Amino acid sequence: MIDKIFMKKTRRGNVLKIVREHYLRDDISCGSQLCSNMACLTSNQTNHSKTSINFKSGLVLESSPKSPSSIFTDPHYLIPDTNIILHQMDVIEDSIFKNIIICYTVLQEVKQKSISSYQRLTQLINTPDRKVFCFVNEYHRDVFIAKLDGESPNDRNDRAIREVCKYYSQHLSDIKVILLSDDANNLKLAREQGLLAASCREYVESLSRPELIDRIAAKEEKRSTEEIDEKQLTDTTRKNKHIIFPEHLKLSDIQAGLKSGKLFQGTYQSSRENYLEANVFLYDNEKYPQIFLQGYRNLNRAVHDDVVAVELLPESEWATPTSLVLEEGAEDVGDYVNEKEEDEQIINKPDVKKLPSGRVVGIIKRNWRPYCGMLQVSDLPDATRHMFMPAEKRIPKIRIETRQSEKLKNQRIVVSIDCWPRDSRYPLGHFVRLLGPVGDKDTENQVLLLEHDVPNYPFPQSVLDCLPTLPWIIPEEEKTKRLDLTKFDICSVDPPGCTDIDDALHCIVLPNGNYQCGVHIADVSHFIRPGTAIDDEAKRRSTTVYLVDQRIDMVPALLSSNLCSLRDDGPRYAFSVLWEIQPDDAKIVKTECHKSIILSKASLTYAQAQMKIDDKTANDELTQGLRRLNKVAKILKAERIKNGALTLASNEIRFNLDSETHDPIDVVTKELKETNSMVEEFMLLANITVAKKIYEIFPQCACLRRHPSPPISNFDPLIKAAESKNIKIEVDTGKKLADSLETAVDRDNLFFNTMLRMLTTRCMMQALYFCSGLFPESEFEHYGLAAPIYTHFTSPIRRYADIIVHRLLAAAIHADTTYPELLDKQALQQTCNNMNYRHKMAQYAGRASVDLHTQLFFRNRQVDEEAYVLAVKKNALQVLIPRYGLEGTLYFNDFPFVYDELEPSQTANNVKLKLFDKLIVKISIDSQNVQHQKMRLHLVSPKIEGFSVEPEKMKSNGDQEINQLNILRKASWKNPNLYEVLGVSKTATAKEIKVAYYQKCKEFHPDTNKNNNKSHDKFINIQKAYDTLSDNNTRRDYDLSLQGYSAGTGNRYTRSNPADVYQTYHNNPNQTYYHYGNREGMNYSEFEKFMRARQAFYAQYNSQNKNTNPDDNNFSSPLKVMIYLIIGIGLFEAFTVSWIYDRDMNYLHDNNYRYSPNNRQALIDFRNQVNQADMSELEDKIRDKKEMEEKAK
Amino acid sequence: MATLLDPIIGLRIDGRRPNELRKIQCEVGVFAQADGSAIVSQGNTKVVATVYGPHENRGGRSKSLHDKAVINCQYSVATFSGTERKNKPHGDWKTVEMTSHLKQTFEAVILTEKFPKSQIDIYVEVLQSDGSNYCACVNAATLAIIDAGIPIKDYVCACSVSLIRDTPLIDINHLEESSGSPHFTLALLPNYDQIVLLESASRMHVDYLDKMMESAMVGCKDIYAVLNKYIKSRVGTISKNFSNLI
Repeated sequence: MIDKIFMKKTRRGNVLKIVREHYLRDDISCGSQLCSNMACLTSNQTNHSKTSINFKSGLVLESSPKSPSSIFTDPHYLIPDTNIILHQMDVIEDSIFKNIIICYTVLQEVKQKSISSYQRLTQLINTPDRKVFCFVNEYHRDVFIAKLDGESPNDRNDRAIREVCKYYSQHLSDIKVILLSDDANNLKLAREQGLLAASCREYVESLSRPELIDRIAAKEEKRSTEEIDEKQLTDTTRKNKHIIFPEHLKLSDIQAGLKSGKLFQGTYQSSRENYLEANVFLYDNEKYPQIFLQGYRNLNRAVHDDVVAVELLPESEWATPTSLVLEEGAEDVGDYVNEKEEDEQIINKPDVKKLPSGRVVGIIKRNWRPYCGMLQVSDLPDATRHMFMPAEKRIPKIRIETRQSEKLKNQRIVVSIDCWPRDSRYPLGHFVRLLGPVGDKDTENQVLLLEHDVPNYPFPQSVLDCLPTLPWIIPEEEKTKRLDLTKFDICSVDPPGCTDIDDALHCIVLPNGNYQCGVHIADVSHFIRPGTAIDDEAKRRSTTVYLVDQRIDMVPALLSSNLCSLRDDGPRYAFSVLWEIQPDDAKIVKTECHKSIILSKASLTYAQAQMKIDDKTANDELTQGLRRLNKVAKILKAERIKNGALTLASNEIRFNLDSETHDPIDVVTKELKETNSMVEEFMLLANITVAKKIYEIFPQCACLRRHPSPPISNFDPLIKAAESKNIKIEVDTGKKLADSLETAVDRDNLFFNTMLRMLTTRCMMQALYFCSGLFPESEFEHYGLAAPIYTHFTSPIRRYADIIVHRLLAAAIHADTTYPELLDKQALQQTCNNMNYRHKMAQYAGRASVDLHTQLFFRNRQVDEEAYVLAVKKNALQVLIPRYGLEGTLYFNDFPFVYDELEPSQTANNVKLKLFDKLIVKISIDSQNVQHQKMRLHLVSPKIEGFSVEPEKMKSNGDQEINQLNILRKASWKNPNLYEVLGVSKTATAKEIKVAYYQKCKEFHPDTNKNNNKSHDKFINIQKAYDTLSDNNTRRDYDLSLQGYSAGTGNRYTRSNPADVYQTYHNNPNQTYYHYGNREGMNYSEFEKFMRARQAFYAQYNSQNKNTNPDDNNFSSPLKVMIYLIIGIGLFEAFTVSWIYDRDMNYLHDNNYRYSPNNRQALIDFRNQVNQADMSELEDKIRDKKEMEEKAK
Repeated sequence: MATLLDPIIGLRIDGRRPNELRKIQCEVGVFAQADGSAIVSQGNTKVVATVYGPHENRGGRSKSLHDKAVINCQYSVATFSGTERKNKPHGDWKTVEMTSHLKQTFEAVILTEKFPKSQIDIYVEVLQSDGSNYCACVNAATLAIIDAGIPIKDYVCACSVSLIRDTPLIDINHLEESSGSPHFTLALLPNYDQIVLLESASRMHVDYLDKMMESAMVGCKDIYAVLNKYIKSRVGTISKNFSNLI
């Protein structure tokens, strides 16, 4: 059976002797089409016929490859050394490299040293076009070599690679093989043996592809693989150059140090605020969970996210964070470190509490990835060395070498770090690829997605093939399998414009008087079967990512907005959870889960549902069901709050935005209305119920979600901040925290409570998915919800975790079978890790997208705004600008402020700035530095001589365009309060309104006011106002809107899932505060009118501005609707105070929808046109009404 | 244990393909004192088996059965078999369990009814352990029984199987065994396709079972081929010697 095989025993270990077999084979193919050797050929056949594994042992290497090189003109194969794969992958990935033989030795070495390189290499091997062959030299009878005595593993591997070259040159006489290596020693030895060999640079330079040279990684003089020579080399370099950094320890020393407890291992996280400070988070160290690092030498070339070994400094040298906000200067300061700069940093104050500090002594694992950023072109005209500024602040600048600096100027590029020698202040890197011009929206979006690792390619064909064909009908057999709930009065309650409806509800009264409540979730797992391409893709994406102007779906749109979406246009598959609930105390008597078929009777918005509940005249079954649900939900919520659930989500600020300028008109604390909270409660209940169920059936492999309670020390900043206002926050339990937050109110400062809650969210840990078999039950707790067990079940359209939970639940109720991977703990945990990662990245990407658009918004304007101090730093204040939901840093720029660390406060010229103080700041974008456009804040008030700036004067700034428009708008477009339009009070009766309406009509009738545009507009407004206020329903709706009632939103973020919130705000000092706009009181008929109007407009608009609006087709559909809404608002703005995310506004602005002269003209034209059309309609109407009136009289 | 089966080259960590056995070496009649004996090594796993009997029941008549022979097994692991020296060669739960498995297996194949009121002793000792100990024991015991001339229905061949990346690996070594992936042991009568023992202490999804069983059965038959070849050649030499004697 087995071919005769030699046996070799490898030994290792210090105490233990481990003996392993190592079979050497004689059936390993050389992979060349040239080869005529029988062994090679037969092995290929056997390989393919006998094993199920798809391994690449076909004859991939071409028989007569063309040589692209000028030094090696003969046809040849390339054999790269490990260091080439590790460092020059960017070059090798170019398609000019073909016919490459990867030794198995190299493959293993790469795998050991860098997982990311390994993955790239695997991908390369699996690309058939590239003709890359993996030669299994380690198990080859003729090529295998044993380690010699005293030979280092590296030398042995190099020798093994040379052996392969030798084998090939003998085995294939017609073709040359070339060893590619950057290891001088290896090259030398190879040449001595008479093998062809070249360094990467030599080879690439011979390729007549100059742009490839840029991609060559900078070579470190001292290479990590040559540890032996290190001493000698450093001696020589010391003579030549100024050494900046201390040496890194060898890996063996680090291991010894870790073992003895002298060194600690941890993840290096550099500070966002100060590039000379960083923290290392240690693994499993209770005494020092994190170690603080300060100063160049102590940071010692570590880069954000690296795994490093740190040494604790003696206590006398411990430092405190300087509270300085320090950003790296723009210019290349060369390879010296300014001693002074560092000394300034480390000023030890004896009275302040010091943090355990340390220094990096070695890097255990680099976690470098390609970074997006910009080239900062050197001042010297012909220089080839330039600095690269990464988009991520925590990554140091990178020095790269390129000859195409002119081309790359003002472009976003991707750069990889290669090494960081001791004598260089900056790491050395190389150019990888070009993304596009800076500031271009597509480029910036791409940067954003790349930086957050969001897969955004279109769905491949294999995925689309998995979709069901249309028209889709429910087959009979499914009908028998599923519970038929089509008779029930089920409805969905969602934000308006929501296309992916994944939940619906119902409630009926059972004969015994109890309620039967049901939550019906889209049965996505029916369409996404395990193991299919669509499943793999969804798993990879894990979540739908929401950007300002883009939505990156997890599953193709056919599923997300049609087949899985529980719309009211036909029967749908659902997964239903049914409870029997006692109406008085909401006690659950019985729980059932079923796969079902439902027929939604109505897709309601929150506002509509609320209206139905409140409308005393409506008594249909659906409405009564809603009322019952609402009643139960209230009890459930009270119960939950009693148990100590934190209500951080419900107290966000919400912005009422002006529909025209994106100015927030009003800021109110967001109040969740009953319907929002009703849906939320039932979703929570469903999630908890399902979590219990799947954990009961699958205790080892349930996919759950936990939110660990934060350590008490996390709350320190919160407590300290509250103390400055003499408020005590108790943090012992979630309950106490919730209660004390509730009571912490400052009457003078509207935002005090909100800001406290913001600080609280930052103290939170991150909620995580996990596999129940790998954690003790005591850790399942969900802190924020105060639930002992929790999972995600209710949004399978946009989260992969929910799909897994659906499958588990289906298996638990015997509606579906399990499959191996579902029950594999490790595999599940891996999936969970990926979901956690993607989730986090999706959040960050969304936030970054908001940031990006905020910057674009402020690009051409300067605004004075209220701001509140969130944190007091040594040289800056961090402020919250509630109006835009922005957070920014107000630098003092060396102005002599006196810093009081204990209070904390900053004082200058007798003006004291404290925590939570209200300021006025001027916001502008510093566009001088194209590299990084930064938002600049300047203090306006309180006035500090020499520091604060003059308040913005409305008309004296450069934005006359906007101001003109503002005036125009104020005059005609906009009339926020309908009651004011009619000149009546809010409590006016219907009669009073009618009277006022006639009076105003007369006054502003266009016939009596010819040549007066204003009155014309006013007249229309009056008509609109009357339309709204005369009808009881619309009036109530409008009243609600005036009270700041949220009618729901077209965007996901406002459907607040408490669990999401913890993730959103977790520990991120850079976080942006989401702003919620509000679109009120729009019911469906109005909406339809609207759509018609915008269609008309849009057709016209398009024909006029074909070129101005290239992005239009990229909108995801809900957004499109929003945009149209805003366009159409010209018609209906009198009663629709449109609200929208201000980021959407930014987008509009950015597209010059409003403010470019072209568009404005188009808009004005359009408006006049519509107005005229409307006018005749209005006149008819008025006439009719008058006639009616007269008749009545 | 990430690289137990390299996804690119499709070889296991010791260079075998997933469906390949380790090198099997065997020898029977190694001890003169015992009625039958055999040494089997599968790779680095080395096992010696000795068979005594059939003989009168030890421990009095009370333990004997009137219609068939009693099979007495003992499984033990030599103190020097592993990487660390063990203090107690037998008596722990593992060896007790193995003993009972062995007993079950051989009660099924030995034609015990031919030897009423007698006893057959099977002693196996693991000399060197590198995974799949039980399989090697069964295979060695089979050879020893054959050597002792005790009539059996068929060879019993045992093979272990594990599962990595959806691929069944047969005849697993220690490294593969301790990787935490599911594995089980199957003892088969290769000529009848009858399973005499299927033992597993790990969890696996039922979907994999068929696939793994199939590979394990193929493995058993491969082992059978090796053992049978050896026995044939040995019988050949014996008969040659015998005919020479005559």
